[in-house]
Amino acid sequence: VLLIMFDLFSFSSCPYLSEKITPAIPAIGGILFFFVMGTLLRTSFSDPGVLPRATPDEAADLERQIDIANGSSSGGYRPPPRTKEVIINGQTVKLKYCFTCKIFRPPRASHCSLCDNCVERFDHHCPWVGNCVGKRNYRFFYMFILSLSFLTVFIFAFVITHVILRSQQTGFLNALKDSPARYPFTERNSVVCFFSVWSIVGLSGFHTYLISSNQTTNEDIKGSWSNKRGKENYNPYSYGNIFSNCCAALCGPLSPSLIDRRGFIQPDTPQLAGPSNGITMYGATQSQSNMCDQDQCIQSTKFVLQAAATPLLQSEPSITSEELPLPGKTTISGPCATLTLGQPTPPSSMPNLTSDTGLTDMIPLKEEHEGHQFLTPEEAPSPPGMLPSGSPITHSHTMHVLSLASQDSLHEDSVRGLVKLSSV
Amino acid sequence: TTLQVHSLQELRRSASLATKVFVQRDYSDGTTCQFQTKFPPELESRIERQLFEETVKTLNGFYAEAEKIGGSSYLEGCLACATAYFIFLCMETHYEKVLKKISKYIQEQNEKIYAPRGLLLTDPLERGMRVIEISIYEDRCSSGSSSSGSSSSSSGGGGAG
Repeated sequence: VLLIMFDLFSFSSCPYLSEKITPAIPAIGGILFFFVMGTLLRTSFSDPGVLPRATPDEAADLERQIDIANGSSSGGYRPPPRTKEVIINGQTVKLKYCFTCKIFRPPRASHCSLCDNCVERFDHHCPWVGNCVGKRNYRFFYMFILSLSFLTVFIFAFVITHVILRSQQTGFLNALKDSPARYPFTERNSVVCFFSVWSIVGLSGFHTYLISSNQTTNEDIKGSWSNKRGKENYNPYSYGNIFSNCCAALCGPLSPSLIDRRGFIQPDTPQLAGPSNGITMYGATQSQSNMCDQDQCIQSTKFVLQAAATPLLQSEPSITSEELPLPGKTTISGPCATLTLGQPTPPSSMPNLTSDTGLTDMIPLKEEHEGHQFLTPEEAPSPPGMLPSGSPITHSHTMHVLSLASQDSLHEDSVRGLVKLSSV
Repeated sequence: TTLQVHSLQELRRSASLATKVFVQRDYSDGTTCQFQTKFPPELESRIERQLFEETVKTLNGFYAEAEKIGGSSYLEGCLACATAYFIFLCMETHYEKVLKKISKYIQEQNEKIYAPRGLLLTDPLERGMRVIEISIYEDRCSSGSSSSGSSSSSSGGGGAG
């Protein structure tokens, strides 16, 4: 829609307006357009703040603690949703346990069923952008809609100007070079413009309000901190004044992507001595995810020891801020504000079965009493170009392949199969 | 430092992983990254309480520094925005700088304090900032060599004991 509008604008109105008023108009329009595209790309391709899934050890440890807490009285397939309560700034906040990621979600995090990941400070999943909007890319998203609203207002204004001027000077225009066929476009253009202006400007206004009160779309829609819930209810995350809230959201420090790190248990292969180490590292990371064998645990932690012994070069931190293409769900189903898909309730937290994923070849979920053995669809972003060769990309894929419990050979084969699929 | 590196490698050869302890996040201050300073009971016999708390407190301090919202972070943010974030091709963010400091600190703590006690700290960054993982090793007399043998075949799955 953006592109169509912009093109119509450029081709029909620009030549006329630049003659009549000033050539600066298309120039400004062009700059704005590029800025909009830039922020759009940045929003789409940056990691919103995905929380990596728990390692099997962590998950086991957590489950143990939960069992102790529950008294392990509730048997059966699905124990009641697990929550922890925390007091933040005087408000009681419930932390929910995410069954897919096997972690207790930090406050303000939420699990997105489309991306199949927990995202920090989850705002919403935007289909227009094809990505979740979360902690790390909220500022890009905000700049995107803000600049987009400026652009649409800009275009709209000048389209209207064009129409007005034209109608005033009908006589002169017949002599001009512009073909009459162009003008119908202008009318259509202005109609399209009108609607998009209102919706985009409305969205920008809404997000401006959210930023100034330091809430997420999620929280606003659920009314978590609204006064209607009770007199004592207030937002514990707000800094108190609008200015601080805005600054914190837009100019605060940008935390690095956590998912890159997940693929790296050790530093890059060149750093460790000996070719055999290269193989073992790969094997170690793979076994880390295939897991559960005590010996494999030992292997991987031995390598961690090795890593601790060698100087860790935190390689490519500069690229961590650079983008991981998330396979975008570009099913356009309305403006962003209406999508609040971040709220699956824990009992229904096997979204990977229901979401339409790219990889349909998935091992069905087998729920065992001891542990959950399931494979998530390969929606997980992979670090492109982080490692020299193609095969290490499967690192991160295997990391996202969560497989607890017993080591069947069948299970391992299926993991390997999935790994092969994901590396395609 | 070679001596310290040695001690880690010897640990690798002679120790086996007994268990892992996880220090969870402390969310009482909001979404900032802080870890609980509660002393895990499994470490009771392995390390002095005070040393452990000292480590966690220092880490918490580092993270607070990384996430601090103040004049310099605003400046960095605005500068980055003005340059369309291209500036990050040349320089690191403040957060990343602090993360480097943290990993150095953890490595140093491991070498000096934890490895001699048969413990190993894992950088929380490698665990998605969810936990500080502390691996507890037991001394084991036998087979250091089997580890390197089995590790190369671990890609085949089964990991010989």
